[in-house]
Amino acid sequence: MAEGADLERLCSLLYRGFESLPLCHINGKNMNIIDIKNLTFSYEKDTILENINLHVKAKEFLAIIGPNGGGKSTLLKLMLGIEKAPKNSIKIFNENPSKNLTSIGYVPQNTNVNTNFPIKVIEVVMMGHVGHKRPLIGYKKEEIECALSSLEQVSMGKYADKKIGSLSGGQRQRVMIARALCSHPKILLLDEPTSNIDTTGQKEVYELLKELNKHITIIVVSHDISVILEYASSVLHVNKKAAFHDVSKKRKFHTKDEHFCEVELLQMIGNSHA
Amino acid sequence: MLDALSYEFIQNAIIAGILVSIASGIIGSLIVVNRMVFLAGGIAHTSYGGIGLAVYFGIPIFLGASLFAVGAALLIAFITLKHRERTDTFIGLIWAVGMAIGILFVDMTPGYNVDLMSYLFGSILAVSQEDIWFMSALVLTIIFVVTFWYRDILAVSYDSEYALLRGVSVKFFYTLILVLSALTVVIAIKIVGLILVIALLTIPIYIAEKLSNSLYSMMFFSAIISTIFTLLGLFISYNFDITSGASIILVSAMSLVLFLLFLKLKSIFK
Ligand SMILES: Nc1ncnc2c1ncn2[C@@H]1O[C@H](COP(=O)(O)OP(=O)(O)O)[C@@H](O)[C@H]1O
Ligand SMILES: [Mg+2]
Repeated sequence: MAEGADLERLCSLLYRGFESLPLCHINGKNMNIIDIKNLTFSYEKDTILENINLHVKAKEFLAIIGPNGGGKSTLLKLMLGIEKAPKNSIKIFNENPSKNLTSIGYVPQNTNVNTNFPIKVIEVVMMGHVGHKRPLIGYKKEEIECALSSLEQVSMGKYADKKIGSLSGGQRQRVMIARALCSHPKILLLDEPTSNIDTTGQKEVYELLKELNKHITIIVVSHDISVILEYASSVLHVNKKAAFHDVSKKRKFHTKDEHFCEVELLQMIGNSHA
Repeated sequence: MLDALSYEFIQNAIIAGILVSIASGIIGSLIVVNRMVFLAGGIAHTSYGGIGLAVYFGIPIFLGASLFAVGAALLIAFITLKHRERTDTFIGLIWAVGMAIGILFVDMTPGYNVDLMSYLFGSILAVSQEDIWFMSALVLTIIFVVTFWYRDILAVSYDSEYALLRGVSVKFFYTLILVLSALTVVIAIKIVGLILVIALLTIPIYIAEKLSNSLYSMMFFSAIISTIFTLLGLFISYNFDITSGASIILVSAMSLVLFLLFLKLKSIFK
């Protein structure tokens, strides 16, 4: 993994020119980039999500927690437009979800399925490009370069020509993050990105997200409470219904007495569901 | 054997063998990575219904089988895209019904005594000039499709949910792969027959998969390996007067066993 300064340089390189985009002018941090209002959703009969409200500001680091089957993945899929939300219940940059193909990067859950597939790392990353203005055959030179720089950014540059199945779980997860970064998203959604990685690998992934968070909004589904304490600025607890907590101000306690803070946070989240 | 090459039916058999191997190598790779083997089996057996109908109504058998197979492919695409969880039951159903329709219509055809075995186990030595034209057209179409839409097909096969997010029409490419599979199955029936078609679409592909680190090279190796097996099988079939389909499949299966032994030994002595 690239060390601090290196990483920072790469990130700012990747996001060069973004300062001039409207998103970054308009009141900077105060604009809501995601607005979810009274969202209720069901696949078939059972209600999966009920009356969800959520407002996410630019450069927030939102952690989504909750029990298995609580609807976390479903909520991400609704934001992405993979599943269809009721009209106007979700606005992303003031538009309905499916309109934002390039502005949202997505790292799906269970990226360890299909590992026998004969595909190179670079080809996986290149899937992240959106398919307009493409050459007749294969990939454009810029697309390859861009994919390589995304791989560099997650420190996987030298694995570009390896078969995806030959990587470890943590390495594969970083490749999936590189794929999501390929379209230069302004929001990055990750669904349990560290569920099959060892502790060192987990820390590396979250350090990477922290670095990316200087430029883009991060929304991550996670079971790991220490992540929330160390990295997240807000927490959404989803179990059919949702409860939102701003934890950014709690962080001062954290440096003084980690233990205290953890207990307090758990209480805080627990209470709202009692 | 060399003077055998001067017979037109032998030349046709060799050309057909190569064309079918290219088609089944490429499409077999797509079938395997998309986990559609069972679907392809369903299409192969359903197409027997088309053969029966063609015999009964006196239309060209290739045409009857193609129409039926493509129809089955479209139906399967429609059902699997709508109700994934019902796929198995449904395919089992059309598999059996297709065969039953075929047998029924052959039974009802007065005085029909063409060797049915040739459709079940292949009749490569009876390849006509028209068959070759049809096969060539299909091979060209397949090469065209995988060349120009390689990245979409790769994306849909590897991670269809993500492909959808990137604006690739998953339904279209999924259906396209199934339709091309159906047509490949039909021409492969000519060579190995419908019972053995699945072996041709999987054994060379399995070996190629172990040798490849991309879908492109997997298709390439599959086509080459398939061609070798088919020509070798054909040679044996001609010399020992065995049904072509059976000899091709046995050559493939034995090669697979040798290949697996080789891999095992390699891993032991490493
Ligand atoms: N495609 C689907 N069709 C029907 N039900 C689904 C589908 N995906 C998820 N569900 C159901 O929705 C509920 C929430 O699932 P999910 O969003 O994956 O939860 P989480 O990610 O919090 O574990 C579960 O009960 C699950 O069975
Ligand atoms: Mg989930």
